[in-house]
Amino acid sequence: MTEKVKIRIDGEVIAATAGQTILEVARTNSKYIPALCYMEGLSAVGSCRLCMVEVSGVARLLPACTTPVQEGLAVTTSSEQLSNYRKMALELMFAERNHTCAVCVSSGHCELQSLAQDHGITHIRYPYNFPKLTVDTTHPRYVLDHNRCILCSRCVRTCAEIEGAHVWDIAGRGIGSRLVSELQRPWGEATTCTSCGKCVQACPTGAMAEKGWGVEEMTKKKAAVSRLTSMREGQ
Amino acid sequence: MKRITIDHVTRIEGHARITIKLDDAGQVADTQFHVTQIRGFEKFVEGRPYYEMPSITARICGICPVSHLLASSKACDAIMAVRIPDAAAKLRELLHCGQIVQSHALSFFHLSAPDLLLGMDSDPAKRNIVGLLEEHPDALRDGIALRKFGQEVIERLAKERIHPSWTVPGGVNAPLDPEARDTTLAELPEAMAIVKRTLALWKKTLDNFPDEIESFSNFPTMYCGLVGPDGSLRLYDGNLRFVGADGAVVADQVKPDDYATYIGEATLPDSYMKAPYYKPAGYADGIYRVGPLARLNVVDRCGTPEADAELEEYRGRLGRIVQSGFHYHYARLIEALYALERMRELLDDPDILGTKVRAHADVNNLEGIGVIEAPRGTLIHHYKVNDNGAITWANLIVATGHNNLAISRGILQVAKRFVDGNKIKEGATNRVSAVIRAYDPCLSCASHALGVVPMVLQLLGPDGELLDQVS
Repeated sequence: MTEKVKIRIDGEVIAATAGQTILEVARTNSKYIPALCYMEGLSAVGSCRLCMVEVSGVARLLPACTTPVQEGLAVTTSSEQLSNYRKMALELMFAERNHTCAVCVSSGHCELQSLAQDHGITHIRYPYNFPKLTVDTTHPRYVLDHNRCILCSRCVRTCAEIEGAHVWDIAGRGIGSRLVSELQRPWGEATTCTSCGKCVQACPTGAMAEKGWGVEEMTKKKAAVSRLTSMREGQ
Repeated sequence: MKRITIDHVTRIEGHARITIKLDDAGQVADTQFHVTQIRGFEKFVEGRPYYEMPSITARICGICPVSHLLASSKACDAIMAVRIPDAAAKLRELLHCGQIVQSHALSFFHLSAPDLLLGMDSDPAKRNIVGLLEEHPDALRDGIALRKFGQEVIERLAKERIHPSWTVPGGVNAPLDPEARDTTLAELPEAMAIVKRTLALWKKTLDNFPDEIESFSNFPTMYCGLVGPDGSLRLYDGNLRFVGADGAVVADQVKPDDYATYIGEATLPDSYMKAPYYKPAGYADGIYRVGPLARLNVVDRCGTPEADAELEEYRGRLGRIVQSGFHYHYARLIEALYALERMRELLDDPDILGTKVRAHADVNNLEGIGVIEAPRGTLIHHYKVNDNGAITWANLIVATGHNNLAISRGILQVAKRFVDGNKIKEGATNRVSAVIRAYDPCLSCASHALGVVPMVLQLLGPDGELLDQVS
């Protein structure tokens, strides 16, 4: 029998199940915590650092997507400190690569852009890195633009955990990390890719897109990918 | 040798500098027109998927993004090897007509009317749109209303006035809302009335500018523009025609795909703007002009009744071939009338509400060329892609580029006529700037290749010392 626990989120007492993460409990109870690398139906990796929350009695911030709930846990989801850190994390993502919303297929439907707007970001305080990055156009139906990739790894996990093909990985370290298909083979030549396109639908930005769409035209079906997991679990 | 520099030239789109060199007697020896901005579009698009090109190249310009969107979309249509649905072609032309009207209104009223209605020698402190408001409030109101109409046509169709995403490779991404058609049709008569009033005003005012007509780029050149199969004016789609200074057709019905057979591009040492020329005649001798004046010289007729009547009167007054650059203004007004008439024809066509407006296809050609007549003249987008659709090479020839040689020669001519001695008189420098304004250059567009152009005029002495500077 699953153990029931009671926690507080922003002062409100909420019943949860042991093993759930703070983020899962918060979302189930309509409490908003921003996140980019988290996607329902996939394992959580805690890499984007946007879901950081304050937990009473803990001196450091904790990622809500990977922190399991415990009896009596008291969580604060928004504060000046959290807002500052989240803005910083978002701005660093923009500074790291070449996110030019004006000409992006996902403009208007982009999770990164939308979070930046929610956080009132109008300028980036850090110098842009302006890396010279490539666009992989080799797949007949999809395109990967490294300029717009935030390394959230949702595509990696979608392909490995839902499709079971594990085409994608992240190679390199630190700022040199790059998304790679099949050990550096161009996407169009990847023998394990089933061309299912679920990675594209899971991508929060315009980094992965269907070919042929113009600026602002690429809308993603993230929920459809998440649903696959819950439907399988229901079998 | 002394030298005058106008740095920067005002009331133009972009940034430019003019240098006037004087000889020992203080007379104009030579002039140079420098476009001082560098932008780099042709280079940084390499590697991008071709279907992103309309939105990327539209960023070349905030005044005429629609022109780049359309030329680019046509080049992409060619890469996909599709014939876009008829309704989409008509909707694109309708959008283009809105663009022509707003851009021509901007050029005539907002940028040039202070010179034209207040006078070239009027007080520079008042020779602007505010001065215009005091002296000619009705004309100014008309100008603002006309430009607004054009911009609203664009917004109704494309949802945004600047950099809309509606025009896409293969057509457009949404059909026309019948309500937008009805609103535009209801507003058309007032826009027509404004253009007709302005034409009447301009025809009365023309006689005030004998010296300017005589010396503003008044020299023989070739002319280039798109024409229909019957030689009529075409702005969205057609074939190229080149006519000589005497009006003889030297190349006709040139398919846009063959432009490179007829147009060469020279690079200049002191400007970021390239200088296209008519290839068969060679560099420098192959000087030709594009834009409203050139188009009306090139075409047999406009193809709409009211514009044709105005064209007949224009030719009756000025001759079959009009070579003074000053008449760009007159030609621009006739074209605005044509664009409004075309708008009515398109909106009255039941096909305009067609819902099949986009063709989808993969890469079927590794090269695509799109040509339209932008407000300022012929605009060419030419792309090459690899098998996966990534751009490997791009060449853009914009309207102001075609006119580069003529603008430079026009500056020399007007400087020789009005600039004298070692001190720059304000009216003289204004005329030097005004000859440029007549072409309505867009230097942001013209320096797409690799920019910044408000204008500077410098007067340099025989040893290159700066004697005077106006900006």
